[in-house]
Amino acid sequence: MTLLSVTDAHVAYGKVEAVRAVNLEVRDNEIVTIIGANGAGKTTLLNAVMGILPLKGGVRFEGREVSRLDIEDRVAAGLCLVPEHRELFSTMNVEDNLQLGAFRIDKATAARSFERVYTLFPRLKERRKQLAGTLSGGEQQMLAMGRALMGAPKLLMLDEPSLGLAPIIVADIFRIVGELKAAGVSVLLVEQNAQAALKIADRAYVMELGEFILDGAASDIASNARVVASYLGFQHEGASGI
Amino acid sequence: MNTTILLFLLQDGITNGAIYALLGLALVLVFAVTRVILIPQGEFITFGALTYASLSAGQVPGTIRLAMAMGVVAFGFDIFTSRKSLHTKLVLRALAVNVLFPLLLWGVLLALAGRPANVAANIALSLLIVAAIGLYLYRIAFQPIAHTSVLVLLIASVGCHLALQGFGLVFFGAEGQRGPPVSNAALTIGALRFTGQSLAVYGITIALIIGLWLFFGFTLYGKALRATAVNRLGARLVGIRTSLSGQIAFLLASVIGAISGILIVPITTLYYDTGFLIGLKGFIAAIIGGLVSYPLTAVAALVVGIVEAFSSFYASNYKEVIVFTLILPVLVLRSLAAPAVEEEKD
Amino acid sequence: MNRRLLPIFLFALVMAAIPFIPGMPPFWIVLLDNIGLAALVAMGLVILTGVGGLTSFGQAAFCGFGAYTTAYLTTAHGLSPWLTLPLSLLVSGGAAVFLGLITVRLSGHYLPLGTIAWGISLFYLFSKLEFLGRNDGISGIPPLSIGTLKMLDPGTIYYAIWIAVIVCALLTMNLLDSRTGRAIRALRRGHVAAEAFGVQTARAKLLVFIYAAVLAGLSGWLYAHFQRAANPTPFGPQAGIEYLFIAVVGGAGYVWGGVLGAALVVILKEVLQSYLPLIFGGGGGQLETVVFGILLVALLQLAPTGMWPWLVSVLPFERKRKRPDAAEPLPPRAPTHPDSGVLLHVDKARKQFGGVIAVNDVSFDVQAREIVALIGPNGAGKSTTFNLITGVLSATSGKISVRGKSVDNAPPQQVVKLGIARTFQHVKLVPDMTVLENVALGAHLRGHAGAIRSMLRLDRADEAKLLAEAARQIERVGLGEQIDQLAGSLSLGQQRIVEIARALCVDPMLLLLDEPAAGLRHMEKQQLAALLRQLRDGGMSVLLVEHDMGFVMDLADRIVVLDFGTKIAEGTPAAIKSNADVIKAYLGAVA
Repeated sequence: MTLLSVTDAHVAYGKVEAVRAVNLEVRDNEIVTIIGANGAGKTTLLNAVMGILPLKGGVRFEGREVSRLDIEDRVAAGLCLVPEHRELFSTMNVEDNLQLGAFRIDKATAARSFERVYTLFPRLKERRKQLAGTLSGGEQQMLAMGRALMGAPKLLMLDEPSLGLAPIIVADIFRIVGELKAAGVSVLLVEQNAQAALKIADRAYVMELGEFILDGAASDIASNARVVASYLGFQHEGASGI
Repeated sequence: MNTTILLFLLQDGITNGAIYALLGLALVLVFAVTRVILIPQGEFITFGALTYASLSAGQVPGTIRLAMAMGVVAFGFDIFTSRKSLHTKLVLRALAVNVLFPLLLWGVLLALAGRPANVAANIALSLLIVAAIGLYLYRIAFQPIAHTSVLVLLIASVGCHLALQGFGLVFFGAEGQRGPPVSNAALTIGALRFTGQSLAVYGITIALIIGLWLFFGFTLYGKALRATAVNRLGARLVGIRTSLSGQIAFLLASVIGAISGILIVPITTLYYDTGFLIGLKGFIAAIIGGLVSYPLTAVAALVVGIVEAFSSFYASNYKEVIVFTLILPVLVLRSLAAPAVEEEKD
Repeated sequence: MNRRLLPIFLFALVMAAIPFIPGMPPFWIVLLDNIGLAALVAMGLVILTGVGGLTSFGQAAFCGFGAYTTAYLTTAHGLSPWLTLPLSLLVSGGAAVFLGLITVRLSGHYLPLGTIAWGISLFYLFSKLEFLGRNDGISGIPPLSIGTLKMLDPGTIYYAIWIAVIVCALLTMNLLDSRTGRAIRALRRGHVAAEAFGVQTARAKLLVFIYAAVLAGLSGWLYAHFQRAANPTPFGPQAGIEYLFIAVVGGAGYVWGGVLGAALVVILKEVLQSYLPLIFGGGGGQLETVVFGILLVALLQLAPTGMWPWLVSVLPFERKRKRPDAAEPLPPRAPTHPDSGVLLHVDKARKQFGGVIAVNDVSFDVQAREIVALIGPNGAGKSTTFNLITGVLSATSGKISVRGKSVDNAPPQQVVKLGIARTFQHVKLVPDMTVLENVALGAHLRGHAGAIRSMLRLDRADEAKLLAEAARQIERVGLGEQIDQLAGSLSLGQQRIVEIARALCVDPMLLLLDEPAAGLRHMEKQQLAALLRQLRDGGMSVLLVEHDMGFVMDLADRIVVLDFGTKIAEGTPAAIKSNADVIKAYLGAVA
């Protein structure tokens, strides 16, 4: 069943259209990735789907039109974004960050969420009294994902979770993204690190200059000659494009 | 100088300082959550004090009319902004908060008018009226521009101050007023005489500070308010409405302002524009605290109170000049301490 | 008559003709006098707040300095008003120097709060000082006079006021359209970018502060001779707020917005004063501030940029975009590019923020004609290293030198003089300036015209050279098509390229680029790489931070790898690719 469907979406900054005529679909229990160069419009698209930026076009979530809702109402509907800059509450501790992630849900569910997040990220449990701002980059990314999962979302949108992290931690993060699917959370993943993203995704979209130029099964995209040349080619040395 | 005068001035300074501390805390709270520098705080003081004084004199205060009118406008704003996704529950909620609540207050006031005054009831009613005004003020003036720069919010804040001060003159006239003290008891220790009122000032200040500390440290809503202050986008992404946080912050600030007013009005005569100056002194404390630190703000407030007490004794003509000039070196120090690369966001 | 001056000339003609309109009510002339007086103060606020980003609630106090100076000297000492004019301006300017030295050091919202504080303080001072007549002020101030003509009635002083307004508007516009003007306009976006190109931001801020104060002082001087009396009320905090309101209503970024705002607000106040009592009976006078406050809030919600931009978009004026004419080239900056040797020497540089060590005893060199890349995960200390080199931050310990000259504790303005130019990870352009104007800021140190010459338009030859140089660098990076567009309308990738052009305007020996390729497509990255190679071959060195390994490995002569603030490797791209430490900490297992 279709969880999220975006139809003919346009997003503009003033007169510049950063996203043009984009159609996107995420189904139940699926990992979908959007790959493309920095500045292709991927982050803009995610932010617009979340309601941070105004979007022209349709956004339906579980069959309900959400494009006129506030961010907070989209969160309530089960949409959740882990933004590029993570946006943690840096002067509050890990546990408070997680607790606030469950702001909209009842206490009993929140308790279960705590258990689930601590199981997925045992590191966070070790550091639960530490201030979020003092965590390392990798731990902050884990906390951002953990905070998002606290609200028991149906669709988790991840914006460049690997950005600026050492590849060893990146591997960890991608493993956990794979585990989320097993736990019944769909994932929409935006990544510059095309190689890693295509490995765990079911389907993929390729974005260039604000438009989708290709889409299909992740394995097909990974072997597409054009994608190999422009996105995977640079990483032939094994140097993750971060 | 003899010891008695010294002690007397200190006592006077601390009593005023406690009030400034309350105001400073409210300003810090509002700024942290909404980025609004709350110039109309002074009007919350005046409204609280003069509403209480009017009620004590058996009159129906004009502020209730203002609360009702603002409520109606706030209701209009609520309906207009959500016009595309209106549903019954939302309309009923907006109606209850914005229209029925002040109407109910008005009803109670009319019913009580002419009966013998009850201090506790009058205080409660004054607080409720000013709280309503604070809440609607945020809804009307600040919520629609909540995303703009600190500067725009500051100018809007000045606009609100002008409008509310004008209303103060309309409702309460240019005459000064006083209200009955909370308690008539008195206590003498050595040369110092503590009135029940000044003890009430200390007690309530301490209680409020502890209350705020508990609220922010241990409740979900308190944490949500802090989260909004730390990271607005982060807060929205977990579903905390920044408009709700803003409303709570204004509600708390207006109640704190009104309490301060009620505590002062038995001690000094208050005019429709006195609140502004008192509020500004709370400001100085808040600024010394960098608009972020509660404990520093409270300490600074005491210092401001004491400096004021001493300068009014030694150079009463230049009291205001001294107090307001005092702020400049503090601002310079604050700026030097601020991180150099903070101007990323416009 | 050139097209820039024509509308102003027409405006001046209309204003000069107004008093001759038959049947003109004298009351309207008084209104126009008040508008002119307010416009002078608002114009200062436009350049101070709207353009320079320094919000002042205290301008009324400077009017007070102007007014009280002439009031005191003409009444107590019988000086001629014309003699007190320079003195009034001097006193307001002097007060501005004193208050400005404190105020411009205030950051963020402390600044407007500081102006409120001294605004109130000065108001109380005016109303307490014996020789200024305390609350009653000073009366019996003589009128202005030329020969036997005494400017007693509103109709004659009208000309003095409006000549002042129009002359000041011209001077202000000239100032903004110049080398100094660009520096002022860059202030609002933060001081880091402006300082990186040699702008003395504190001095520039002080300059606008004084300029605004002198305009206010002039208004105060005129006011004193117009009212022939001075008391504290019109110079208090309320008036200060009103002037800011005027600037915001008119459009805080526009010189003529100040005049428009003054007209709207003065007329509005007049209307409120005369009609509110009719509507609300006797109590109307008190409602004036209420309505005023509500209008202020409503305006901010409905038209936050003010009325002038709206008016301009409605009027059929064509905004002429500036494309520079050919001018003789700027002389190259001395010393010229060295052919060999160490250009930049970083020796055990260390930066600690509290307990966190951001850069941990990092050492490396950049040779002449070399491209060096700094890589590592986010938070590894790359940008902090850039900030240490360019003087934005000073190192906790260690030494940094440029061609043997130490730059420890040197401010950014000093570092750029040594021939080091940079771009920023988060683009720092002024979005409402054109690409040309933004890039010309890079040549700031290569021009010489100061504020006074700019105001009097004596800076044109100097200016033409700077703009021609900027245009040349824009062509060089391939953005010739976009030269007259607003920087804010370009894509982020293009804005990064504009930053490179701006840095090239310094005529640097060493170019520091922070993630220059981010946001570029494959083709554009290749063009950028080609440009950087060409610059190197022309004698320039490049130090860059970049995440795109393909780009870095292809371009760099040498690579320095940072992790947790510590250098873990240094070498040629080939050596780095096979370095075990780098693979373990950063690159990951070879696929």
